[in-house]
Amino acid sequence: MIKINHISKSFGDKVILNNISGEFEKGKTNLIIGSSGTGKSVLLKCIVGLLQPDEGNVFFDFRNFTEADKEMKSEVRREIGMLFQGGALFDSKNVEQNVMFPLDILTKMPLNEKLDRVNFCLQRVGLENVNKKMPSEISGGMKKRVGIARAIVNNPNYLFCDEPNSGLDPQTSIVIDDLIQEITHEFDITTVVVTHDMNSVMGIGENILFLYKGKKLWEGTKDNIMNSGMKEFDDFVFTNKAMRNLRERAV
Amino acid sequence: MEFILSLGKIVFKRFLMKEFGKYVMFLGSLFVRRETFATYYKLTLEECIQIGVKSASLVALVSFFMGAVTTVQTAYNMVSPLIPRFVISQVVREMTLLELAPTIIAVIYAGKVGSSMAGGLGTMRITEQIDALEVMGINSTSYLVLPKIVASVLMYPLLVILAGVCGLVGGYLVGTLTGAVTPTEFIYGLRYNYNPYVITFALTKSIVFAFLISSISSFKGYYTQGGALEVGISSTAAVTTSVIAVLLSDYFLAQLLL
Repeated sequence: MIKINHISKSFGDKVILNNISGEFEKGKTNLIIGSSGTGKSVLLKCIVGLLQPDEGNVFFDFRNFTEADKEMKSEVRREIGMLFQGGALFDSKNVEQNVMFPLDILTKMPLNEKLDRVNFCLQRVGLENVNKKMPSEISGGMKKRVGIARAIVNNPNYLFCDEPNSGLDPQTSIVIDDLIQEITHEFDITTVVVTHDMNSVMGIGENILFLYKGKKLWEGTKDNIMNSGMKEFDDFVFTNKAMRNLRERAV
Repeated sequence: MEFILSLGKIVFKRFLMKEFGKYVMFLGSLFVRRETFATYYKLTLEECIQIGVKSASLVALVSFFMGAVTTVQTAYNMVSPLIPRFVISQVVREMTLLELAPTIIAVIYAGKVGSSMAGGLGTMRITEQIDALEVMGINSTSYLVLPKIVASVLMYPLLVILAGVCGLVGGYLVGTLTGAVTPTEFIYGLRYNYNPYVITFALTKSIVFAFLISSISSFKGYYTQGGALEVGISSTAAVTTSVIAVLLSDYFLAQLLL
């Protein structure tokens, strides 16, 4: 479980995050949603420690990560897997080396065990016979899968995904979403997904946190999305006529 | 005048000192939360090949022609019959070992290796590869930059030695083939009044230059923000800043050590 307490972050005079609190539950896909520029990615970076919040704390299973010393931070980070927007695969390494990288650095596993683990993770994300391919030789969807394989190779307790569907066609997006949800349930990990894709929200949103202009305006699940009673949230969710019709029918 | 001075002070305090402070902190961060020795060993070897071995042919070619041109131009200026011809190779030796090999090759090294370092790190930054390392709990500056600096400090003096040899060979070949100087005179000139301290000075300079070029270029690349355009800007800034730092340090080292 991850808990965020009164997180605020500004860049110069510009307030990006304003007093955001919330909980991300274990074994669920927790979504941070909102329009572009509302601070979703900044919040995610504050949670994983890539940015230091101006105020507030982040707790990983009751461990205060924001105020932790270097050793504690290092320990928590070893339990984190992250899928980046563009995959963030290392260009100079092939698929196998990319997935094996966290094991190389963070463990003392023998090579054959590492290879077994890498092959298991690649198979788990539906990739086979791509071990020796370079990132430039595979498609965007495959890069995301390799990114997920790399994120889970070290058996993380926490999985973070920053816009996992960006740049993917709707069908591949659903495959990636399903994969993230399956992995979350299978390994019983805490997953936080940043997205503005409504297909993802309706598909895997077990716990949703809606950001609007740097503030948390709504929190709920995909099941009570239809009756949030909040104009800003409705404007974000029901952007087109088809969605509005759907809502009217549902209501 | 006062306006210019106060403007200068503001620029110095707000931008140069801020940038310099950031650079010093960047250097400090190389030595905290390090990985295992084996990790650095492998990475450093890879960097040695990338920045040292792969630069050797360019360095050899450039220094060969620098030596050749220096010989031709020195011979062209030797109009007095009272000056012996072996002075040509003596001049070529001093120029090549003292200045051309360490300093001019440093400019070329900054253009080839420095821009590549800044471009590589800048691309890693904008494609979130550096963030990926940080999330894994790896000190990205230490992991990515330290091997580059160590490899540079190890390989650049070797490149300078290669440049010195190639420069003198170029001078010898062109001098003797054009008839500007005989082989015996050239060899005699190379040995005449030779002070081995020149080599010590050249190698000292090369270590300082290697450190400056690799650290400044890495610094510029590491803190790239934006997209592809900014990566290009970082690469250019890496080369210009490195070259300025090399020329300034060249002057100070000459004042201090000669």
